[in-house]
Amino acid sequence: MKILVAIKQVPARDSQLRIAGAGKWIEEADLAYEVNEPDAYALEAALQLKEKHGGEVIALSAGPARVAQTIREALAKGADRAIHIEEEMTSLDPLAAARLLAAAVKSEAPDLVLTGLQSDDLGYGQTGAILAELLGLPHATIVMQVEKVDGAIRVKREMEDGWFQHVEMPLPALLTIQSGISKLRYATLMGIKRAKTKEVKRLTAAGLGVSAESASVALDRIYVPEHSKHTQLFGGTPQEAAAQLVEKLRFEARVL
Amino acid sequence: MSILVVLEQRPGQDGRAEWNRMSFETLAAAQQMAGELNTTASAAVIGHGIRDLALELTGLQLASVYAVEHELLRQYTADGYAAALRQLLERVKPQVVLFPHTYQVRDFLPKLAARMGRVAVSDAVSHRIDGGQVVLVRQLFQGKVNTDIRFVGDAPHFASLQAGAYRADRAVAGSAAGPVAVESFAPQLEAADIRTKPGELFRESERGVDLTAAETIVSVGRGIKEAENIPVVEKLAHALGAELAASRPICDAGWLPMGRQVGSSGQTVAPKLYVAVGISGAIQHLVGMKGSRTVVAINKDANAPIFEVADYGIVGDLFQVVPELTAAIEKIKKS
Repeated sequence: MKILVAIKQVPARDSQLRIAGAGKWIEEADLAYEVNEPDAYALEAALQLKEKHGGEVIALSAGPARVAQTIREALAKGADRAIHIEEEMTSLDPLAAARLLAAAVKSEAPDLVLTGLQSDDLGYGQTGAILAELLGLPHATIVMQVEKVDGAIRVKREMEDGWFQHVEMPLPALLTIQSGISKLRYATLMGIKRAKTKEVKRLTAAGLGVSAESASVALDRIYVPEHSKHTQLFGGTPQEAAAQLVEKLRFEARVL
Repeated sequence: MSILVVLEQRPGQDGRAEWNRMSFETLAAAQQMAGELNTTASAAVIGHGIRDLALELTGLQLASVYAVEHELLRQYTADGYAAALRQLLERVKPQVVLFPHTYQVRDFLPKLAARMGRVAVSDAVSHRIDGGQVVLVRQLFQGKVNTDIRFVGDAPHFASLQAGAYRADRAVAGSAAGPVAVESFAPQLEAADIRTKPGELFRESERGVDLTAAETIVSVGRGIKEAENIPVVEKLAHALGAELAASRPICDAGWLPMGRQVGSSGQTVAPKLYVAVGISGAIQHLVGMKGSRTVVAINKDANAPIFEVADYGIVGDLFQVVPELTAAIEKIKKS
């Protein structure tokens, strides 16, 4: 099975974010980046499918030069080769992003395209489903398990309130993978060494003949939300803070 | 210029269609926006055997109620829903199309919008009207930052609204002029258009504890760092006589059973006291607990979104704060 995994690089989870001067994006200069967590699970699912059924895993990521690090990590974990679309993706909407990815996926004609269910930065949760539409593939979102059955796949989808559903579809297909569905592997020393010799194809939007612009939604401004609720914060030593909190819980909130 | 809200239903226990109640939050939002834009709101229900449900809407203040029905829409599929709704939209030509941000909508709305060359503004939390246009607010970076998003280009403009962002009880009843009629819409669908084969919905056997009945809940998140540290919060829960719960990553990691998960994929709770320890407050967690009467947050990051919903907070290292809190509570319980 030829499996392509679309991976995004996002600011590290515990980043302290500052709004950039123009109020259109965050200050990127001092940020650390990491792989988008749901995409890490998509890669894991791809590697497990390859171990079971054979084939090839291709990592695809779009973004500036820093994305090379995330691609190296995917190769070190076991992806066979990678595609890097070198573009500033900053505040691209998911349709524009998916158009770019679709142009790169098309020539590969994979049996299965996997990606995380959403990104930890923009969080639209749409790129995968849009990519499926652009590629003309059937899809399922929020997938917990993937099984290959005779030219088709059977997946377990998560629904609300603890409900699940099995869905079957022919290959090729696209799935968006839920976070936390398996244990992520670490790159081995051997893997890290091998990654250096693996192929990374570099593409650009211009080379793919895709405009990175989109004209259906526009980001007006970004800002830190105002606190809608007044939170009473307690300071001092941990002991003092705890004592003040208990006092409030007893005599103000009356819940103790 | 009008607003269309697409309501969600699914087969209930007895096989009859029932509402996803979030639909009415979106319906109330559609009515509100229609009022602000000086236009009308209409509603659509999609499926098979849904006429009775559609009839329930005729008493509401809506210009039209559409029942989009086809045998091939009996079970939800993204292919079927996207094709049917596209046909409806081409007929009705609304300016704005609103959906509840449910798991089902997350599955088909991106496809529908992309097919029409649009981007849906997903998971919006509020809106304002600016220059006769709807501007939507959505959260970025797991709720740390907000953004205002404006539609550009031609209608229809798509958006899905976050659970709890609007109040279902604000839905407005219709005028004395009498109820609107249900208009049937039969889309053209072929069995070959639907590529996925959906199975029946099921639940896993393990349902775990019923957290919804708990008066006090101590809930733990990623901040606990390792499974070995769980006793730190267990002791606090014990001192408070509370149920222990967790955010999703903790249950995914197997540090606490899935049955103790609070959030959109777990249980929705509203205890008298909810103590969130090391939980940053991703929206998926907040929707499961923001109805709690008193919320306490203990987190090292003062900017964590959990403080948005907290009544009381301590910004600090949970490994220092929680044992002190446990000791202080044990002391008053003894006295």
